[in-house]
Amino acid sequence: MASYSTGAEGSSQELLHVLAVDDSLVDRKVITGLLRKSKYRVTAVDSGKRALELLDSEPNVNMIITDYSMPEMTGYELLKKLKESSELCQIPVVIMSSENVPTRINRCLEEGAEGFLLKPVQLSDVSRLCNRVLR
Amino acid sequence: MDYVNIRRQAASIRKGLFDQGYLDEQFYQLEDLQDDASPNFVDEVVTLFFRDSLRLMANIDQALDKCAKDFNKLDVYMQQLKGSCTSIGASKMKTECTAFRDYCRDENIEGCMRSFQKLKREHSVLRQKLESYFQQLRQAGPIECATRPSK
Repeated sequence: MASYSTGAEGSSQELLHVLAVDDSLVDRKVITGLLRKSKYRVTAVDSGKRALELLDSEPNVNMIITDYSMPEMTGYELLKKLKESSELCQIPVVIMSSENVPTRINRCLEEGAEGFLLKPVQLSDVSRLCNRVLR
Repeated sequence: MDYVNIRRQAASIRKGLFDQGYLDEQFYQLEDLQDDASPNFVDEVVTLFFRDSLRLMANIDQALDKCAKDFNKLDVYMQQLKGSCTSIGASKMKTECTAFRDYCRDENIEGCMRSFQKLKREHSVLRQKLESYFQQLRQAGPIECATRPSK
């Protein structure tokens, strides 16, 4: 069932849907809060594997925001898999990390990430990035 | 019930947490996310934090107990804990997490253990203060809204 609100709307006045991926319970709660405050519909999962499973069944995702450092599948590995998929490669992906590692950032941007946010992510970061990516 | 005094006590605890360096600006970010749609957001995040940090600290305790010290594993656990501390603005805990990771990098197990004991103390103090704060807020009722302290 669609949710309707003013704010971060698609053309049909529905809320845009962001998939948040983070293995940290606390960070999932915070990023969900940030995105909801910015008027996005949010689904939060705890791994790249779950993100891919969800995308298989729920195609209406407008943006993916993922942590970089996750066990089993890093955010970079998830990004690569998404970009390799003909169905999913068009979904913009943003990477988050608590560590400011230039080589890591460059690698993600070269692989096609739309942006790279340093944690702790602020409301202003989300607004600026989402406005640019989802405009 | 004297709601004015309860609110005053809550405000005093909150101010103390910032003045004494237990919390930093990130906590304001959490408060900014609290609204009518999520009226208990900060309380919920903090509750999750203390639940998760106990789990992470138990992992670190187990890893420290093993004879063969795996500094990589210790660092990974502490990186996770530091991340959570950063996300809620737990400043003193974050500082101790950094110190622990520095000791891991230097493979200094005694340093790790000292730092971890200090971290556990900081965790305990922060938990006690925040539990007291939220208890006051709940008693004060929904009229109490988080506001930034005047600087």
